[in-house]
Amino acid sequence: MVDPLANPRAAIAKPGDRDPVHVTLPPALLRLFPKAEPEVTLAAGTISELVDRLDARWPGMRDRLVDSRPAIRQHINVFVEGRRARLDAQLSPGAKVFIITAVSGG
Amino acid sequence: MAETVLVLIGTKKGAFVMKSDATRRNWALQGPYCETWPIHHMIGDASTGAIYAGGGNEWFGPAVWRSGDLGANWTHSSEGLSYGEGEAPINAVWSLARRNGRLYAGVEPAGLFVSGDAGASWQPISGLREHPSREHWQPGGGGLILHSLVPHPDDDNQIWVGISTAGVFYSADGGETWTPRNKGTRCDFLPEEQRYPEFGQCVHCLVMAPGMPRRLYQQNHCGMYRSDDGGQSWVSIEEGLPSSFGFPAATHPRDAGTLFLIPLNGDIKGRYVPDGKAAVWRTRDAGRSWQALREGLPQENAFIGVLRQAMATDPLEPAGVYFGTSSGALFASADAGDSWSCIAEHLPAISSVETMVLDG
Repeated sequence: MVDPLANPRAAIAKPGDRDPVHVTLPPALLRLFPKAEPEVTLAAGTISELVDRLDARWPGMRDRLVDSRPAIRQHINVFVEGRRARLDAQLSPGAKVFIITAVSGG
Repeated sequence: MAETVLVLIGTKKGAFVMKSDATRRNWALQGPYCETWPIHHMIGDASTGAIYAGGGNEWFGPAVWRSGDLGANWTHSSEGLSYGEGEAPINAVWSLARRNGRLYAGVEPAGLFVSGDAGASWQPISGLREHPSREHWQPGGGGLILHSLVPHPDDDNQIWVGISTAGVFYSADGGETWTPRNKGTRCDFLPEEQRYPEFGQCVHCLVMAPGMPRRLYQQNHCGMYRSDDGGQSWVSIEEGLPSSFGFPAATHPRDAGTLFLIPLNGDIKGRYVPDGKAAVWRTRDAGRSWQALREGLPQENAFIGVLRQAMATDPLEPAGVYFGTSSGALFASADAGDSWSCIAEHLPAISSVETMVLDG
């Protein structure tokens, strides 16, 4: 069975779909997925769904953002409307989501 | 036919490739690759020209990278590199090996995976993690890492691995069941009466002699060893060496009695080459006697270390030998270690060195 949300064209909101949210991806992630766009609008009700939608567009992206526990990777931060969110966080229609790489390294 | 020699260099900040012809006199550096990820191990498949690089990134987790065009373009995947929900996530890939169309990956925390599609997806070889000793394995300085992967050259069912600090393990059934292979190797860090346990040894590097699959060598945290029975028993070969401590070991491409080691000054003395004088030590009689090879290597104020996967040989005649330092220098010998030159400096800290020789 085809998941309509796995189709990028279906990510634009339609009646019955999840509501669209706006996502900003970090530059370091974009370098791993050269075809990815820095700002994306897609339909998702939770952060986990959002990551699944990103993975459907750019296969492998979920593994880069989420570990096998499953949880958002330790040094990745996801902010929703300015507040840090977990994988199961609910998303309001039109929410602004920022995926950010933590400041780390040497 | 003209040959191209590639030295594959994994570093703390990306992968690099050095390229030369069969004379191995002039080298060109390419990279950094893999988006400057920490790359713990990098290997080549001379039959296809593919390069694989295993590592882990603090932000994005573990991956095996692949280039089919000698580094111009890369893909990455960690599909299937997981112990499953609720288990500790895998942080990084530490070792790679290929045999008969299969690609193996050793990871941290210690475990083994195999890919039948050139690294695009991975399946666990779960028997190793199910070994009853697993709950007692302790992480070393680099974590609980499976760093040495030694598949049998002719029998797909036989494989040896080295885990820090669990020791050497062997499987004769494709990885379903495993037995420790540490008899005769010491744990100087344990109380005196417990220094020869069944497992828990801090193996640093495990290699197989060419054309002689039952002969293994290992550099251990506590000594250098040879086994002539597939690891069922080990004998010390450290007499004649300046210390019992070091990380890498590399075999000659054709001579089962020749081994290269780089002893360091000890685990609590800085882990430099002894007296600040760099030397690769070579045996040609399976460890009964040793020769220090110093020509062309720095002999004054050289406070360098070499990590466990950072030495390799090439298959040419005479064999090339290469090692990379934690301070980012790459040394090469085109005469089996008799003389050396520095062919790259100012690289990031070097984690691994391997070679690939291509026709044309």
